[in-house]
Amino acid sequence: MDRNYIVLTTNPGKVTLADVPVLDYAFFQSVVDDLLANPSNHCLAYYAIPFPDYYKFICCIGCDETHSIAVFCHHLPLKTGNELDSLTIRHFPLHVFEREIHEQYGIGFSGHPWLKPVRFPTGSSEMDRYPFYAIESEELHEVGVGPIHAGIIEPGYFRFICNGEKVLHLEIQLGYQHRGIERLFVEKKHLLQKAVLAENICGDTAVGHTLCHVGLIEVLGEITSADGLFLERNIALELERIAIHIGDTAALCTDIAYQFGQVVNEALRTIVINTMQCWCGNRFGKGLIRPGGSYYPLTSEISQTISINLKEVLERYLQITSRIFSMPSVLSRFEGTGKLSSKQAALLGAVGMVARSSGISRDIRWSHPLPGMDHVESSPVILHKGDVWSRAMMRKIEVEKAVSRINQMLGQLTGDYHQVPSYDIVLQPSSLAISLTEGWRGEICHTAITDEKGQIMHYKIKDPSFHNWMALALAVRDQEISDFPLCNKSFNLSYCGNDI
Amino acid sequence: MFLDELKIFYRHGRQYVPDVTAVGLTPLFRGRPVICRGITPEEVSRVVELCPVKAILLSPFRIDLGKCVFCKECHFALPEKIIFSNDYKIASNIRENLIITEGDDHLIQLDPEKVRKEIRSIFKHALKLRQVSAGGDNSVEMELNAAGNVNFDMGRYGIEFVASPRHADGIVITGPITQNMAAALQICYDAIPDPKVIILAGTDAISGGIFKDSTALNREFLQSHHIDLYVPGNPPHPLTFINGVLEMIGRKQ
Repeated sequence: MDRNYIVLTTNPGKVTLADVPVLDYAFFQSVVDDLLANPSNHCLAYYAIPFPDYYKFICCIGCDETHSIAVFCHHLPLKTGNELDSLTIRHFPLHVFEREIHEQYGIGFSGHPWLKPVRFPTGSSEMDRYPFYAIESEELHEVGVGPIHAGIIEPGYFRFICNGEKVLHLEIQLGYQHRGIERLFVEKKHLLQKAVLAENICGDTAVGHTLCHVGLIEVLGEITSADGLFLERNIALELERIAIHIGDTAALCTDIAYQFGQVVNEALRTIVINTMQCWCGNRFGKGLIRPGGSYYPLTSEISQTISINLKEVLERYLQITSRIFSMPSVLSRFEGTGKLSSKQAALLGAVGMVARSSGISRDIRWSHPLPGMDHVESSPVILHKGDVWSRAMMRKIEVEKAVSRINQMLGQLTGDYHQVPSYDIVLQPSSLAISLTEGWRGEICHTAITDEKGQIMHYKIKDPSFHNWMALALAVRDQEISDFPLCNKSFNLSYCGNDI
Repeated sequence: MFLDELKIFYRHGRQYVPDVTAVGLTPLFRGRPVICRGITPEEVSRVVELCPVKAILLSPFRIDLGKCVFCKECHFALPEKIIFSNDYKIASNIRENLIITEGDDHLIQLDPEKVRKEIRSIFKHALKLRQVSAGGDNSVEMELNAAGNVNFDMGRYGIEFVASPRHADGIVITGPITQNMAAALQICYDAIPDPKVIILAGTDAISGGIFKDSTALNREFLQSHHIDLYVPGNPPHPLTFINGVLEMIGRKQ
């Protein structure tokens, strides 16, 4: 028998499209069953691409233990109708992938429990008519919030069904941020345009998404970069993580009215993003990461600035967090609030720090390390309670670990290498590439397919929020509705990352 | 316990920027560009082809900061001829003032004559703003939040973001304005009492930025309303925003 799937052993990885085994759907399902029977495997991407007379469904499953990615596909000819048996019934994490495919191409999945729209890519008129889940009862009431919220944040709509002060059910409706980026990745041909697109997918994760994107371009172009370049990019990735985690610590303090914790952390975040600005001229790292090289080499002077600033920030951050996590009035709000059990997280296919706060070991830095990261410590931080406290504590521990990773990487930089960006990289034709990065929220996945001329003909982006929004909806069940802002902030999911 | 807090407070020190009009940002900060004269036709075609957002206009050679994503790639292509200074005061009430011409090295300013009279007479000492993200990538939103934080402390001038449009004197729009947010933006704007200002923060809001050609946008709102302030940047620095607003309300000349 032929192989059921092709195995990529690198991240990012590339394969000739014709080498990806095409299985019939019944067999495809059994391969998915076999692979996902192992709890350390999970689905990274599952999406459809329209061809003239069929849809190609590509499935990429990450194997954490073997640090590899299994790729396989099935075809749905247009003439055989457009309905498939849903895989969600057996593998719940696939629910959101099937919903996305259904929304994009109208393909039905029989047996899928809830083909709820993901992002309304075709316009807002259907959005206004969306039938929210409702319960007829005199005891219950509904609370609707959004799409514009009280603070300066992105839009999204939340519909709560409450029993008194307690949330019985929350339905989240997204799509307001849809900018049609995946299509722009195909339409905009210049590699600089693609890099600028990547850093604007999600501005709070500019480094994470751009790193993921350039990995894809470089593997498609068969470019090998110097280890120093990989180290620099990963230093930027960890700096981004530190800045956001400290900012989130501030925001969690805001939501429980602990102003001292808020202002101290805000000031510390400023130091970190100003360090990024000192390196590359932008506080979010935009412009820093480019295919083939960088215009902002990490000079010994900047390395020293990073190292000095992080030492100062970490000392002060540990002081304030030790205060935060020892105050009874803080703990009473954090502990046991917004609990996502390990079972729920596994069922939903949660990723990133949300998954790790609920006892699931899922971290791309460890499971699918990027090139040049072999000698950098990468064991994931795992906490088990799954409540706001765990997600807050996760940030504190990850900041500590990120600082030590950066110091380790700074020590490995040899200095004098320098490669400038290249925008005329020739991409291999008729290939499929997949790239994974552990951004501060979690697993970012970009995949691309090139046509016979080496132009990108299909581009797919997955932000970790794509999986985790449903986790937030479950975590607030049976909580006081007044704790919603706190729960929401503890997840800090992306709207634009979901709506792409 | 109390002693711990005192120690933290001591190291926290004084955080606010005393004078927001005179901060020396890092030399690498990508602010107002300066273009030298004498760019050859070959160089022109090179940077025009390179610019990801078609922000370069010709005869004479100009860069439109309302379209620019501040990637600075044109500088790297012509390092001697296009230089990005760290001047962060780049907001204006006049769209054309955001266009930098070769040979020009003057500051970007507001045209005080064109600022609506009621803005300076009513909002000079208190301006409450409602922000609407319409496809914003969250970096602009984070910088607007930062404008009010312990460092930049825009609240000292009476400028604040508020939750309800009913309490607001104006709207700050971020993002390229998606189709799916167009209706909500209009409803929010309509809910703000007159007189009211409109500020566009970030390149995406001003021109659509890198998303300009997307079919998922609906920028009709901008065609039917007068814009009071354009704040370029990707994202705009908090100091760019604060200085622009201060100039608009007449707190700074």
